[in-house]
Amino acid sequence: MTIELRIDDAIVTAEQGDTIRDVAARHGVEIPTLCWAANLTPVNVCRLCVVEVEGSRPLVPACSRPVEADMVVSTNSHRVRTSRRMVLELLASSVDLDRAEPELLDQIEEYGARPERFAAGATKHAPVKQQDELYVRDYQRCVLCYKCVEACGDDAQHTFAISVAGRGFDAHISTEFDTALPDSACVYCGNCIAVCPTGALTPLTEFVRREAGEWRPDQQSVTRTVCAFCGVGCNLDLHVQDGEVVKVTSPADHDITQGNLCIKGRFGWQHLR
Amino acid sequence: MSDLHVGSERADDAEAAAIERVLATTGPAVARVSARVTLGGMQATASRRHLLLPGLWALQDAVGWISPGGLNSLCLALGVPPAEGYGVATFYDLLRTERPSTTIERRCDDLACLLAIEPPIPTDVDAVESSPCLGQCDRGAASLIQTCGAPPRIETPDREPRVDAGPSPRLLRRALTGAVTSLADYRALGGFVALAAARTMGAEAVVDAVTAAGLRGRGGAAFPTGAKWRAVASETATEKHVVANADESEPGTFKDRVLMERDPFSLIEALAVAGFAVGARTGWIYVRGEYPEAYQRLVAALDESSAAGLLEGITIEIRRGAGAYICGEETALLESIEGYRGEPRNKPPYPTTHGLFGAPTVINNVETLINVLDIVEHGPDAWRSVGTHDSPGTRLLCLSGHVEHPGVYERPMGVRLADVIAEAGGVRGARPLQAVLLGGAAGAFVHPDQRDLELSFEAAHEAGVGLGSGVVMLFDDTVDLRAVVRRAARFFAHESCGQCVPCRVGTQRQVEVLTSERPDTALLDDLEQVMRDASICGLGHTASSLVRSARTLGVL
Amino acid sequence: MFGAGGGTSSYREIEDADVIVLWGSNAREAHPIFFHHVLAGLRKGASMYVVDPRRTASAAFADVWLGLDVGSDIALANGVAREIIAAGLVDREFIDAATDGFDELVTAVEPWTLDRTAAITGLPQLQIRDFAHAIGGARRLQLCWTLGITEHITAVDNVFALINLALLTGNVGRWGSGLVPLRGQNNVQGGGDMGAIPARLPGFADLTDASERAPFERMWQAAVPSRPGLHLSQMFEAMHSGSLRALWVIGENPADSEADGEHARAALGALDILVVQDLYLTRTAAMADVVFPAAAGWAETDGTVTNSERRVQRVRAAVAPPGQARDDLAIVFDLAAAFGHDWGAPNAETVWNEVRSLSRNHAGMSYQRLDTLGGLQWPCLDDDDLGAPFLHGRLWARPIEGPRAPLQCVEWQPPADALDEHFPLRLTTGRVLDGYNTGVQTARFPSPIRSGATLDLAAATAMRYAVDDGEVVRVVSRRGAIPMTVRIVESLPPDLAFTTFHFPEIADVNRLTADAWDPKSGTAEFKATAIRLESIDADTQGGRA
Repeated sequence: MTIELRIDDAIVTAEQGDTIRDVAARHGVEIPTLCWAANLTPVNVCRLCVVEVEGSRPLVPACSRPVEADMVVSTNSHRVRTSRRMVLELLASSVDLDRAEPELLDQIEEYGARPERFAAGATKHAPVKQQDELYVRDYQRCVLCYKCVEACGDDAQHTFAISVAGRGFDAHISTEFDTALPDSACVYCGNCIAVCPTGALTPLTEFVRREAGEWRPDQQSVTRTVCAFCGVGCNLDLHVQDGEVVKVTSPADHDITQGNLCIKGRFGWQHLR
Repeated sequence: MSDLHVGSERADDAEAAAIERVLATTGPAVARVSARVTLGGMQATASRRHLLLPGLWALQDAVGWISPGGLNSLCLALGVPPAEGYGVATFYDLLRTERPSTTIERRCDDLACLLAIEPPIPTDVDAVESSPCLGQCDRGAASLIQTCGAPPRIETPDREPRVDAGPSPRLLRRALTGAVTSLADYRALGGFVALAAARTMGAEAVVDAVTAAGLRGRGGAAFPTGAKWRAVASETATEKHVVANADESEPGTFKDRVLMERDPFSLIEALAVAGFAVGARTGWIYVRGEYPEAYQRLVAALDESSAAGLLEGITIEIRRGAGAYICGEETALLESIEGYRGEPRNKPPYPTTHGLFGAPTVINNVETLINVLDIVEHGPDAWRSVGTHDSPGTRLLCLSGHVEHPGVYERPMGVRLADVIAEAGGVRGARPLQAVLLGGAAGAFVHPDQRDLELSFEAAHEAGVGLGSGVVMLFDDTVDLRAVVRRAARFFAHESCGQCVPCRVGTQRQVEVLTSERPDTALLDDLEQVMRDASICGLGHTASSLVRSARTLGVL
Repeated sequence: MFGAGGGTSSYREIEDADVIVLWGSNAREAHPIFFHHVLAGLRKGASMYVVDPRRTASAAFADVWLGLDVGSDIALANGVAREIIAAGLVDREFIDAATDGFDELVTAVEPWTLDRTAAITGLPQLQIRDFAHAIGGARRLQLCWTLGITEHITAVDNVFALINLALLTGNVGRWGSGLVPLRGQNNVQGGGDMGAIPARLPGFADLTDASERAPFERMWQAAVPSRPGLHLSQMFEAMHSGSLRALWVIGENPADSEADGEHARAALGALDILVVQDLYLTRTAAMADVVFPAAAGWAETDGTVTNSERRVQRVRAAVAPPGQARDDLAIVFDLAAAFGHDWGAPNAETVWNEVRSLSRNHAGMSYQRLDTLGGLQWPCLDDDDLGAPFLHGRLWARPIEGPRAPLQCVEWQPPADALDEHFPLRLTTGRVLDGYNTGVQTARFPSPIRSGATLDLAAATAMRYAVDDGEVVRVVSRRGAIPMTVRIVESLPPDLAFTTFHFPEIADVNRLTADAWDPKSGTAEFKATAIRLESIDADTQGGRA
């Protein structure tokens, strides 16, 4: 059913069931997100996408709130901007964002976030975990967006090797009893890595290059091809730097994989080296 | 439903026996029919997930902690991935995932106990931990003792708290005389008359009566109960639930504990009435983990009531919380029952349409539910005869702090604050009153100038305070209110579920700012705004309300 | 299927199925991303039956795991068919309107009572009956299989037996209903479609039919042989008999992958000339007279592959091949030139366009369309055709379009490599998640979950044969013997052993397997080997070798 609502200064039409974010995006109104992804169920935990909806006392998360007829939505009011700025300050003052997606760093700029105001505050401390030759988990970069948990769990892989453990500021991503990854349920599909927005989870090949200062996304080309292993036909995006494949991902908008791969698809390319 | 890969450790005999008891009625998620056939699947797994928390409790009670072997075996039996089992176990304060000292004392150092005159009772323990409010503020400095191989128990000074039913005894009518622990005694005091009356009236008439009475929720949100019930009653789903929120944990609140300890049958009966009224065949009571006595009394009352055939048409299950304030938030409570981390859901949708296991659900606080018994038995008009027009009925007030006679006081809605304080013996030692905390850690301070305030929803709203869960905590002139504010802030940081950024990091930052020499008010303003505006649930929304109140009073 | 040579459904359809059957398929490990679609179906409420001798990673997600005896698939399918008929669960309208052979099938499956089916399969009668009723009651059934069905001497008959179940219940040709053979390799479907099977030409054209040959002869201006060539098993027979003397192997490692490996390697060794074209110096390449180092098709060359839902997709060169390695196409063109045929400059797109001009099913699949549409599913007849998500919708037209779908009467027979007192234990083989075929590629990335090749046994089996977890035993079949390390697992029923074949350097499993093959498909019976276990200690004390 088609309905009408107001987003900022425009009356727009939408389908029942659309989220505010969907409709806004369709009408060219960009709402920042961090924990949202096209191939995951919205968990609305980062609260970066909050918008003002007339009649609602708290702000509402645009990523998950379905539109209603005659809704009046403000996506960029002072209240909205203050909340976004604070969310960014809170995150940036507690975790290391220097390897985050460029969009997040741009938002810190755009909203005038000044994380240094909380410079004396607690930060997330965690030693880098490298327990095998494929993954690096650097949880001092983790913003607890839940994406990895969702990708490992019921949004894709159904392996559930990781979960959020603990509570409050101490909440963290963990295997049971912090079991080393190779001994956990992990099957190294890397679907967690694929959705991590902050560089907390990276393939070892990328981590090593980053540590050496040799990770140069601006010099990488991406070529789409099909995985060489089983007969499913997963699309692979080969990220090539200096004539070498350095990482493999899958397009989130392709209906075979929805961005997901298995260990062979994501890491099997290393036989090329 | 997962690959269900677990490590090699398995439960020892005591743990295995504990798991077996939890699975006694359902059996494991995967049934082995023969060496060549197994039955399992998503439904089998999903339908057992709610046994995770009882299973974790069984392990904790059996051996004092959730060991890797115990967790593995429990997870295998339920089909729960061990990482998720661990994630749930580590959510709760009372469940331990490291081998603990033999006996641990969790000593309350929260708002009321901060003020306790008595020193903590010396106990023979191996370790002492700080605990948020244990809901024993009427008794004085309290501790929860966790010993391996036994359920937790509470230790308090040996003091008989006040249970004062006031001029219109209703909710405390039976509790007045001491604990009603047998069905015979309960019936002698008029028990199960209301349920019979409800059945005679018919479901719709019960909903009508509750609506006409104008009963509003006593848990803090003051939502009209009749509207909630009508919403669920009108749902056509075959699966519906009624849930009693007995996870009372707001610092300074203990009234529901007193009700459950002294009058457990009434909650069972009230829940049965609710189930009948809305067409739910399953009822759940989620009791705070720190209330072992209430839990045991409820279990006994439920057993006796069921055995007597009084609960036809409804199956009631009692669940123990495990040390998480956030589970008092209704959707977090539902998540907890379902066997997940007690993380509040985003709303809408609300529980009336998407509640427990996704089915339409009524969830009411204990005090709210027990009011229903009088409404059904005596009719809405009689029930409305006390209280104010907009806040009919009585209210249970939890007097604590620097008051002469701490305890639960039942008073008609609209009673003057000063009158209740006076009836409780006034400020302890007749010292000057500095402030009264209304509504708990999420509430606000009231200045002595406001002592004429009427305790009704509308008057409190007008005064910019909330009645919340009925906390009336007195502070005399010796108290450093800044310390009270800091303790409240620490409480919220400790109890934040950690799900959303504003609350997870915001409550932490609020503690840090308040702990600094001269708290930066600009930072406090910003923190207040983001927590109030952008948090998922009420915890974050109100985590700064006491800070704001203290600033208004000029304390900060 | 019914002459189409491809699975009838799209992956996406399984998300809308109400009953999912994985039969001889461990998709969780062998087709992990297909299994994501299965999981989506389960989350939407589908129930799943996994028919597999092992309680696989896939079976762990099943509502019901049916651990039938290795090679008893036709028995189970016939028993299920009989129960579906007996219980009145047949889609009578569909049978009458769209199929042939129903009465014959009724007669053929009549002996397959629950009692007899249970005796042959080892499954309880009650669960066989329930399974039949689940299939019979399904509104949208997805019946998926892999090599557990096709690596048997009754491979084709096994497939027919499964097709019967779908036809009996009208579960084909509709969205959500269908037959899904999951292909083991990324271009098995495409290879078959392109005529890389003995009796076919590109587009699945029938080599023996002059009218189907004619367009190729016109295009190539040469006569196309009318006699089908040899399939793999026949080639090895021909090598043994000496009638096949020269072999050109492209991207295959038969020295490791053929059943009865010793025998196969002897055949390769006896050739006049062996040419191997591969990415690596495989065991086969090491035996070759000439090796052509080849580029990796999926990352170093351009072209297309076709997946298990008949979707043709582009592969693209992202990096240059190492050293002297060259595009397969270039090697073939150069060889043609050396034989005196100038085929011009190699170009994947022009080759593809030639295919499109000869294969009607691929006609609408220009590179440009494949690029913009993310691949296309055949048949795709012209530039306006968006391809076919599912096949055989024609069977639901009334009257139906085209020929009727035949029900096929098939008879069960036990595996060729029989169990007896000397070889009492059944060994079956399969893939694991991080492995692929003979490990040529998958051994070259550092998988943290690499298991190595172990001989997996149930605890009861190990006890019965007095072997321990971690013990190295001699595994003996009628063809050979290899040492293997025992691993006790919970996924196997008694008297069944399992191993992978990804680690021939650790355990040369194909020294054990039998080369008995299905006369209809030529596939060897990798899934059923008779073995016994011998203690290595006994051997050193003078036991027989």
